[in-house]
Amino acid sequence: MGEIFGMPVQVLMGQLAIGLINGSFYALLSLGLAIIFGLLNVINFAHGAQYMLGAFVAWMLLHYLGIGYWPALLLAPLIVGAIGILMERFMIRKLYHVDHVYGLLLTFGIALILQGLFLNMFGVSGQRYPTPDALRGMVDLGFMFLPIYRGWVIVASLAVCLLTWFIIEKTKLGAYLRAATENPELVRAFGINVPVLITLTYGAGVALAAFAGVMAAPVYQVSPIMGAEIIIVVFAVVVIGGMGSLLGAIVAGFGLGLVEGLTRVFYPEASSVVIFLVMAIVLLLKPSGLFGQAR
Amino acid sequence: MMRIALFVALVILAIIAPFFVYPVFLMKVFVFALFASAFNLLLGYAGLLSFGHAAFFGTGSYITAHALKVWGFPFEMGLLAGVVASTALGVLFGLIAVRRLGIYFAMITLALAQMMYFVYLQAPFTGGEDGIQSVPRGTLLGLVDLRSDLNLYYVVLAISLAGIFCIYRIVKSPFGQVLRSIGQNPDRSVSLGYSISTYKLAVYIMSAAFSGLAGALLVVVFQLASLDEVNWHMSGEVVLMTLVGGVGTLLGPIVGAAVIVTLQNYLAEVGQWVLVIQGSIFVIIVLAFRKGIVGELSDPESWLRTTLRRVGMRSPGPGPSARPGEAVDLGQARQPVRSGD
Repeated sequence: MGEIFGMPVQVLMGQLAIGLINGSFYALLSLGLAIIFGLLNVINFAHGAQYMLGAFVAWMLLHYLGIGYWPALLLAPLIVGAIGILMERFMIRKLYHVDHVYGLLLTFGIALILQGLFLNMFGVSGQRYPTPDALRGMVDLGFMFLPIYRGWVIVASLAVCLLTWFIIEKTKLGAYLRAATENPELVRAFGINVPVLITLTYGAGVALAAFAGVMAAPVYQVSPIMGAEIIIVVFAVVVIGGMGSLLGAIVAGFGLGLVEGLTRVFYPEASSVVIFLVMAIVLLLKPSGLFGQAR
Repeated sequence: MMRIALFVALVILAIIAPFFVYPVFLMKVFVFALFASAFNLLLGYAGLLSFGHAAFFGTGSYITAHALKVWGFPFEMGLLAGVVASTALGVLFGLIAVRRLGIYFAMITLALAQMMYFVYLQAPFTGGEDGIQSVPRGTLLGLVDLRSDLNLYYVVLAISLAGIFCIYRIVKSPFGQVLRSIGQNPDRSVSLGYSISTYKLAVYIMSAAFSGLAGALLVVVFQLASLDEVNWHMSGEVVLMTLVGGVGTLLGPIVGAAVIVTLQNYLAEVGQWVLVIQGSIFVIIVLAFRKGIVGELSDPESWLRTTLRRVGMRSPGPGPSARPGEAVDLGQARQPVRSGD
């Protein structure tokens, strides 16, 4: 096996693969945040908790009802999305007329409640979620062995991200959504039910988080604190990508996962801070983010 | 006038309090009252929500702990070291964070504070998970022995009150007036010729300095600096205290700190339910009592009116023009800010 910069190729590629997997979750989560923010003008602090909820719903489906991974991949986002819709309908909606920071504070409170409830039920230690049978084992890529499930995470996340981007940028529904983002009053005047559109959008964003949670369940342990750990990093990713841009969220998500992986190879001590450092640098050079337009 | 009389009465109460209540508990209340007041300077007057104030609080406590224990600084110099360090961090973070306002500001400050958490987790001098333990309290000016809780109590009381008084003076100064105008109507302030970002940077640094002082005092009280002080939970807690007490009021953060610290004391037994209870308080305050305890009490009539209206109210869609009369935000009536900045 050869070496690159004094690193065995195996190690380097292994860390890059882990970076891409983390990046998949960053991309899915920051995409959901960006969609919600675009229409609701709310930073959904509960996004991490909803990701955690997705993983736990999958775990509970398996342990209490015997429902496996593949149905859970659809069911968990639907269930958590429905919970999100109720949240929007009965709580978040009441804050649209006041300063946007209250939306952030409300969802922060909701995140604390969810995390506290699950900590009471399951404790800090994680629950194991088995890898589905069809995706067990390794595949030989020539230069490294990649666990099939990890490859699946990268491919599936990328597909879902691109599909979401396509729906919003290229379909009629997406056009309504973008129009409502620009000028809700005008879109309403054209006879489109904007409040319902907003509710469904929040539900969809939350469902994306839950989908990421189910995907993450076999990779990481299913734990009540998994959401709190990732959400702050995702905030930084969103700032780097530029809040207004969906493509920015996807590219920044995968890209920063890679950057983190590379840092873990060459300077492991900095791997937990590198994304925040990148954020600081991007803010100094281009305050609106890499893909954001200055408004 | 009423307010000053109330304040004097509270100070007298604080002086006799340690004979009736455990002084360490009271000191914790004062430290957090100072911390929340420093945070309120930013949110309540400049309209900036920082979600990363734990970075300054923690920096104050770690540097003071290190200065007192390892460098053998006397008490006063130890506090000063903590304040200088957190002020310097405030300059650095401020230069980055004030570039984006509104909702971005909250996310950026949170991310920067999380970075500091990892720095302190890994830095050799902080002792990682153990923290810096058995920090010596020292003496005040070499005269008063601070190992006695009662002696320390009056020192902490004096320093916290002095800090809160400084914050009060800042708010009432011409500088504070400009801050308020920026918080209420940034566009207009720009057109009047004020450099918004300079003012925001200045108030951010001041807030960081007072937060650092609070963190430094906490170390002296508990003789311990730990990761709890730099954790994002701490950033959330100071937001909660300010919100509960009343954003943009002088007494609000003090009342809020007393309420939340008392609550924590009673809830120490129930473990993770603390999170659920804190989260529920957040939700209730944000949905129903946005002015907090002090804000609602000082204006009971309007409270009754808005509550009655809220009960029968159907919520409108989003957008800044949804309900112009209802823009009761952040202490003052502020224009809802369009998110893009």
